[in-house]
Amino acid sequence: MSEYPEELLLQLHRTMYSIRRFEETVSGLTGMGRIPGFMIHLYVGQEAIAAGVGAALSADDYIVSTHRGHGHLIAKGGRLDLMMAELMGKETGYCRGRGGSMHITSAELGSLGANGIVGAGLVIAPGAALSAKMRGTDQVTACFFGDGASNQGTFHEGLNLAATWELPVVFICENNGYGFSTPRSRHQCVARISQRAQAYDIPGITVDGNDVLEVYAASKWAVERARKGDGPALIEATTLRWHGHFEDDDDDYRSKEEKAAFAESCPIDCFERRCVEQGRVDAEVFERIRAEVDAEVEQAVAFAEESPEPLPEDDASLLFAGGDL
Amino acid sequence: MAQVATETGLLAYFEAIRLALKEEMELDPAVFLMGEDVRFSIFGPTKDLHLEVGEDRVLDTPITESGFVGAAIGAALTGMRPVVEIMFADFLTVCMDQIINQAAKVRFMTGGQVKVPMVIRAPGGFLTSSAAQHSQSLEAIFMHIPGLKICVPSNPVDAKGLLKSAIRDDDPVLFFEHKALYYASDQVPMDPQFTVPLGKAAVLREGSDVTVFAVSGMVSTSVSAAKSLERDGISVELIDPRTLAPLDTRTLLDSVRKTGRLVTVEEGCLTAGVGAEISAIVTGEAWDSLKGPVVRVAAKDQPVPFSPCLEAACAPSMKSIMAAVRECAAVG
Repeated sequence: MSEYPEELLLQLHRTMYSIRRFEETVSGLTGMGRIPGFMIHLYVGQEAIAAGVGAALSADDYIVSTHRGHGHLIAKGGRLDLMMAELMGKETGYCRGRGGSMHITSAELGSLGANGIVGAGLVIAPGAALSAKMRGTDQVTACFFGDGASNQGTFHEGLNLAATWELPVVFICENNGYGFSTPRSRHQCVARISQRAQAYDIPGITVDGNDVLEVYAASKWAVERARKGDGPALIEATTLRWHGHFEDDDDDYRSKEEKAAFAESCPIDCFERRCVEQGRVDAEVFERIRAEVDAEVEQAVAFAEESPEPLPEDDASLLFAGGDL
Repeated sequence: MAQVATETGLLAYFEAIRLALKEEMELDPAVFLMGEDVRFSIFGPTKDLHLEVGEDRVLDTPITESGFVGAAIGAALTGMRPVVEIMFADFLTVCMDQIINQAAKVRFMTGGQVKVPMVIRAPGGFLTSSAAQHSQSLEAIFMHIPGLKICVPSNPVDAKGLLKSAIRDDDPVLFFEHKALYYASDQVPMDPQFTVPLGKAAVLREGSDVTVFAVSGMVSTSVSAAKSLERDGISVELIDPRTLAPLDTRTLLDSVRKTGRLVTVEEGCLTAGVGAEISAIVTGEAWDSLKGPVVRVAAKDQPVPFSPCLEAACAPSMKSIMAAVRECAAVG
């Protein structure tokens, strides 16, 4: 870790902790009925992946997100107040209350959509990369998806297209071991999802998705090679999903022992410990960041709750760019 | 309407499409084409176009409808104006998620943050024993999806003008070409600024007894039917909607209020087809003007068969259109 500046270490920590605090708060608010719906897919436990990838991207790079996308947007610079307002279905939210949790997006920050259809983004990402190439920019597209999505036809179509046309896409498979309730052993037979990269003659690597520096290093490498025109890569980041598939999930398909192991692998605690042990960051600095984030999340909740509801009569004007037909 | 008096050239439908694509690519560097075998081009619209506009503007894709329609969405979201070709409209079913859940919804779901300026060209309709998976007219399925625009050009002039409007439009447009029309010719305006607006129907023939609302390949057949019926003393007013979304309901309703009778003609299946929606609009909005029930002419509710005699029996024809108009005219 000596090669990384303190500023980066603090950025990674702040991103991971912002995601954690935001998600735990969302969980509580959902349970209390203060966030509508039950299709709230939380990123708790997986924070190191979004944080590591996000830190490797430039401001004008693109991300293609998923139903479990809050962390991706936070890592791309998403504002917690506008996100919380979106989750509460308010007019001040990023999507003016029309998208909600599963579709949380900030186009300004380079997010091309969070998708409720598993695997759909895998074919959208190559298009953004093709567009960057055609427009002569050096923008890279980071495409997030899960182990479950790696069985969709779009996985093959997206990787084949990106590889054949040597497009600047970094495919990030967040392997949390489950497609909803189905363990990986019952939904695919490859030992490593990264092995599938061989089918497209592109690099595929597996990293510890709970180790933010490992994710960052792999992402940095993949983003840089994509940026200089060497084509796509597949990064499989293994991780654990602490909450159920969504907030209403009984999660009775995972054993007590399995769940008890979550805390040991906590990407935030492990990172803090390493930084302190190696004398890179003082424990008090982490404490201060945590306190700042806690306050920010609290303000985000207050902002969202005080925000106005959207108006049904505005819906029609949002359907077409040219306005209501 | 942006039509201007200008010189014309005799062009086939496929040549009019080609000219629209070429002109729009020359006018706007963001426009590019993608699809399976588009440089080869079975029906001709994009054959060797890359030699004229550049190899980077006409991309042959792998056989991957979800892949390249998805890629078109990604490109459209980031500043390009892709035009993709689905080789046969039947293959739209292979990439329905990208069209219905992505292209049609992403603008709304993001609260209007993004736009998706893309065109999906798709040749449909009956054409000489193409059988069940290469003959369908699926327009009605997409009329059910808010967020999509749908063009159904029935002649070379509209093919050119509507395609240019579709490419310049900031929303996803499904552009249904008709396979049997590709080699039909007409005088087409050569002005690169000539367009036909989306949402404006054409009254191709004025008449007083029955309004015929005909879609795509059924327009020319309906013209022939109308001419023949005129000799029998039945006056047909023929409406070509040109786009099904947006739909020019005013022109439709004005006509029905005048004639009091409506026949719809389409090549898609009868049940829940275009005619069903048109009928619902007319009975809802112009009930007082109707002298009798709306009559729908459409393909039989079955897969399109291969054998020429079976195929002919499945498709609507001049004969079935004339019978429907007579039936309609006899009431009231």
